[in-house]
Amino acid sequence: MKSALRIACSRRHLQQVRDFVRNHLSSRQLPEVTVNQVVLAVDEVVANFIIHANGEDETQFLDLKLDLNDHDINVEIADNSNTVYLPGQHQSPDLSEYIRQGRKGGMGMTLVTRLMDRVEFFTRGNHTVCHLSKHIL
Amino acid sequence: MKVTAQPTADTLTLLLDGELDASSAIVLDTELAKPDILDYRKVLIDCTKLSYISSAGLGVFISHLQRFQDANVKLVFFNMQEKVFNVFEILGLDALMTIVPSATEAEAA
Repeated sequence: MKSALRIACSRRHLQQVRDFVRNHLSSRQLPEVTVNQVVLAVDEVVANFIIHANGEDETQFLDLKLDLNDHDINVEIADNSNTVYLPGQHQSPDLSEYIRQGRKGGMGMTLVTRLMDRVEFFTRGNHTVCHLSKHIL
Repeated sequence: MKVTAQPTADTLTLLLDGELDASSAIVLDTELAKPDILDYRKVLIDCTKLSYISSAGLGVFISHLQRFQDANVKLVFFNMQEKVFNVFEILGLDALMTIVPSATEAEAA
């Protein structure tokens, strides 16, 4: 089963993205925790594209595609701007240090890599694309 | 995301209702940043109706925790849904924050 969604680069659309993923996964009787993990991973990547790659420029847009088969959920998030955004390898954050520093950010991509089985960022032409996969059996 | 404050003599309970993400985290941040919150001995976070949290929401709690600790204000989460607790667990935040099952245990913490 496949679905697609296009959103403008505003964090106001994050709720729409999460509802889109939840609706797509609702066709299967998956545990609530598993559904939430996929929703969270997509939300984190989309938020990064909106905020860090596009500076919340609402004239830019993202395309999401979901493909659910018997064993896996596969997600593609494509940034249609010409900004290349390729997050590097993420070390385990020192959360005690984050607390000491009063730091707000820096955990999103760590979460994504722990939640999903495969996380890839690459360029397609002038655009950045992210592929996420998770086994759901 | 709706945040409702219920103050008593030495405890402030914040009821979170909805989804805490990069868009709504500012609502909670504003509440936790209020200077008079440090006048309480304890801040209890009622998570009964918190149905989602992203790293932006977690970041709000992390960013205020040291300030609370320095002022001897205890931050305690209770009634957290399994899917929300799972997010704290994945990052190891369950070991760094006080998360208890019920309001009774939160009051006793």
